[in-house]
Amino acid sequence: MKFSEQWLREWVSPALSTQALADQITMAGLEVDAVEPVAAAFSDVVVAEVVGMGPHPDADKLNVCRVDDGSGETVQVVCGAPNVAAGQKVPFARVGAVLPGDFTIKQAKLRGVESRGMICSASELGLEEETSAGILVLPASAPVGEGFREFMGLDDHAIEVDLTPNRGDCLSLKGLAREVGVLNRLAIEGPELSAVVATHDETFPLRVEDDERCPRYIGRLIKGVDVTAETPVWMVERLRRSGIRSIDPVVDVTNYVMLELGQPLHAFDRANLHGSVVVRLAREGERLVLLDGQAITLDASTLVIADERGPLAIAGVMGGEHSGVSPATRDIFLEAAFFSPLAVAGQARAYGLHTDASHRFERGVDPRLPREATERATALLLAITGGEPGPLVEVANESHLPDGREATLRAARLEQALGKSLPGEEVSDILERLGLGVTVSPQGWNVTVPSWRFDIAIEEDLIEEVARIHGYNRLPVRRPQVRLALRPDHEAHTPLARLRRQMVARGYQEAVTYSFVAPELQQALHPEVVSPVLANPISSDLSVMRASLFPGLVRALQHNLNRQQSRVRLFETGLTFRGELDHLHQTPMLGALVCGPREPEGWNSGREPVDFFDLKGDLESLLSLGEPHAWRFEPGEHPALHPGQCARILHRGEEAGWIGTLHPAVRASLGLKVDALLFEVRLDALTQGRVPAFTPLSRHPEVRRDLAFVVDEGLPVQSLLDTIRAQAGEWLVESHLFDVYQGKGVPAGRKSVALGLTWQHPSRTLNDDEINQLVDAIVAESRQHLGAELRA
Amino acid sequence: MDHLPTLVDEARDAIHAADSLAALDELRVRYLGKKGEITALLKGLGKLPAEERPAAGERINQAKQSLAQELDEQRQALEKAALEARLAAERLDVTLPGRGQPNGGLHPVTLTLERIEGLFTRIGYDVAVGPEIEDDYHNFEALNIPAHHPARGMADTFYFDASRLLRTHTSPVQVRTMKEGEPPIRIVCPGRVYRSDSDLTHTPMFHQVEGLLVDEDVSFADLKGTIEDFLHAFFERDDLSVRFRPSYFPFTEPSAEVDIQCVMCSGDGCRVCSHSGWLEVMGCGMVHPEVFRHSGIDAERYTGFAFGMGAERLAMLRYGVNDLRLFFDNDLRFLRQFA
Repeated sequence: MKFSEQWLREWVSPALSTQALADQITMAGLEVDAVEPVAAAFSDVVVAEVVGMGPHPDADKLNVCRVDDGSGETVQVVCGAPNVAAGQKVPFARVGAVLPGDFTIKQAKLRGVESRGMICSASELGLEEETSAGILVLPASAPVGEGFREFMGLDDHAIEVDLTPNRGDCLSLKGLAREVGVLNRLAIEGPELSAVVATHDETFPLRVEDDERCPRYIGRLIKGVDVTAETPVWMVERLRRSGIRSIDPVVDVTNYVMLELGQPLHAFDRANLHGSVVVRLAREGERLVLLDGQAITLDASTLVIADERGPLAIAGVMGGEHSGVSPATRDIFLEAAFFSPLAVAGQARAYGLHTDASHRFERGVDPRLPREATERATALLLAITGGEPGPLVEVANESHLPDGREATLRAARLEQALGKSLPGEEVSDILERLGLGVTVSPQGWNVTVPSWRFDIAIEEDLIEEVARIHGYNRLPVRRPQVRLALRPDHEAHTPLARLRRQMVARGYQEAVTYSFVAPELQQALHPEVVSPVLANPISSDLSVMRASLFPGLVRALQHNLNRQQSRVRLFETGLTFRGELDHLHQTPMLGALVCGPREPEGWNSGREPVDFFDLKGDLESLLSLGEPHAWRFEPGEHPALHPGQCARILHRGEEAGWIGTLHPAVRASLGLKVDALLFEVRLDALTQGRVPAFTPLSRHPEVRRDLAFVVDEGLPVQSLLDTIRAQAGEWLVESHLFDVYQGKGVPAGRKSVALGLTWQHPSRTLNDDEINQLVDAIVAESRQHLGAELRA
Repeated sequence: MDHLPTLVDEARDAIHAADSLAALDELRVRYLGKKGEITALLKGLGKLPAEERPAAGERINQAKQSLAQELDEQRQALEKAALEARLAAERLDVTLPGRGQPNGGLHPVTLTLERIEGLFTRIGYDVAVGPEIEDDYHNFEALNIPAHHPARGMADTFYFDASRLLRTHTSPVQVRTMKEGEPPIRIVCPGRVYRSDSDLTHTPMFHQVEGLLVDEDVSFADLKGTIEDFLHAFFERDDLSVRFRPSYFPFTEPSAEVDIQCVMCSGDGCRVCSHSGWLEVMGCGMVHPEVFRHSGIDAERYTGFAFGMGAERLAMLRYGVNDLRLFFDNDLRFLRQFA
């Protein structure tokens, strides 16, 4: 809601500067977004009269005007505006005047004719954004010689308040004035309102079928209006200062009254109404062409104003094109109604509309306003367009009007809620100033809610109002009192923060990527996965929920590669989304991506690229924080990953993630020229840790045997390790792989795998025989099941 | 015997000329070894008359000791020189950088969320999280935002279908927590939230931290105290002015927006605060009884407050980041600044 400060001050004018007033409004909960001068700076522009005019001798489109600027002499001015005419009052910039844009008016010769000053258009004075078609013509009553700024009241500010949805009552000058009055303890004064006396008794038949949605409807026939009349400058200016463009006097007046009082109104061209006006629900599939030219199909939940031929307007939202007022209109049917907020709520949005009317009706318009507003609009219209007003016709069902609501405020509750006891008189005073009917009871206050306050219904609403007017910043400050109770802490749980820091210690930067990704990218990485798709994405690039952390990490990689960052180490944690909406899995994951050299370019490090085992080592460092022995890697196939460099990650035998090199074909399709490696693991598995459990240290010597096996090159070493461990007995305390070799001395297609095995008994020294037996068993089992030969 | 002085001089010269430990060892053998020349003199003492023997013996022993000492000194000198030579050869340029993987870093949003969580968990709040694909009920209905409520227009919502959406705030976690537990409840809920808005100052995804405290006799004064303490602690400025401005959220009442004195210009007015001297940093209020009703909590017995803040906004103010969109570009040149 944007309004002119001057206009507000006609209603109520506290002794506050513009800024202080804006601050006061803001601190009352009506947040002021902007305070701007209504006109750019300009000087030495006065009201003048064109006293004479003749053609320019050398130019068809120019006129030579004689202008009385009140200085006592007439001034000769060459003017090119098509609408200039003798007898007009105009804004006149004298020689020496400075117009917006630092444009100084100088004495000049235009095609040989002396010109001393300039007759100005609205745009030249910064009063209109688009270039005006002609000069601004002022009312005949404008006093010649008066400063134009003073005449127009241009030393004014437009104040824009960003109103919260509960304060629909402030969507008018009247409402804002009421609020300012409450804050400053001032009475408000509006324009004089009196009923217009009908000059004929013709009415238009009116019927309300749905009086729950429309408990009050008022109409009046005004005959013989002249829609081609000019809207007076003062009204155009006030509309302009509220951000509304002048259209024609009928639209201007309805807009003006809406701004002034808060009641949306609409005018139909009588000639286009047939039979009677009916307020009813639309019939499914009825069509209507709106004022903005858009054709819509209505559904049965939409309240419409209709005549016997069909819908004329969506109630409380927008009128139809066909029934609207045009320059040819002679008789108008002016309407104002109270539509229940629920009847309008959601309707505008359902048709992709948002109008000043729907904005107000959704929030609640004072049900007592329609009559007042109709009288006000009629009076204004008659003054501009002339015409013959008929009687005001009203259809109302009082029982559906939300008037006279009651609420209770308990003193004890108020004190508890605010942490402070306010004097009863102050509370009563605040409530009364807000327009509530107040009765003091032994427990507190019983109130009736004014018709314009749709946001007051329960005790908390009253508490808020009291707190707001008293001032939030005058309320006490204290700290909550709590009982100190220890809460459980699970030592076997590895916190996410710990995992993140491990990644940081391994050289990874944390990324945060959007949870929605481009469907093409997702399709390339996870062709078989179904993920939820947004019905209204912000762009198609961000339209499908990520099935894994890979798409976001790959996008981040691309971003960095495009910016000469060739060494990329990123990780991210967050939810991934898989499945149909009804069987949705929102799974927290930790994922990482590496690309480029293993180490940063340095004086003694090579430029070897990272490989699978670098990334796996980083992942294993994470796994070691939790349950290192609960994890296994097995060769797997993943559409995004290189089939020969890809492992399924198992946690306690269940799939918990994937690691591998980005598939070269996928990589190429994404336009990436370098290898990237990725992993992703379920966070719930990563956070499962263990409470350390002590094993006594043995005092007896260790026995170590190194064994080298020759196996098929395709045999996963893990199988060999599993076999060895199964045969090595319970005293095996350590086994480690110290060499994997292919080449000279090892047959083609085979590889040599060397392991160091260490045994130790907790309570005695192991003898050679025991160890030899175990080694024999290992060798035999490995040969039998894995075709492993002990290397000579 | 008469050639002893000559022998000693000769040995001394040889010792001084020795340039290696091996050469020195040879000299020791040659003069002082079992078959050494000095040793031979000692062995020859028996051929002297008895009265000359003591004096001659003493002279030879002196010479022997003196040479032994010279040998020792020369050995030490050589060892020292050898060590020095080795040390010189092993000299490193210690100004060269170290080797290995440099640290990475956490995202500034994570730093901010962890900081906020830390401040609250240290005084007894728990961290609660919830799903990001939410249903209409938890995101709106239970928070007193029924269908067609104008407040639904306050946040442009991403929908999947008529009832499933991306949560527009972390407030649904409040409802879920209250339904599952009972007062006293003290939680902070950090997480991603989504609004269909994208321009210079909005990204379609951002992070919020929601806080909730429900207990007996919780008042607006407690809310004010908590928020003031938090902002002072977060910005590490106890003199930071904080003001509470009436506002509206369907799920709290009374509701307030919280402004702090601009941390960029200390309230003098600058571009960041639009020359107002104030920065809006969070919203808060007393839990609306309708929310309690949906959550199964007795609104007569219990009261509570809730607050919510945008992590990116706080991170921008704290770290001086001037463009919101940088948070989601994941540009390493940006991320590394927070390591």
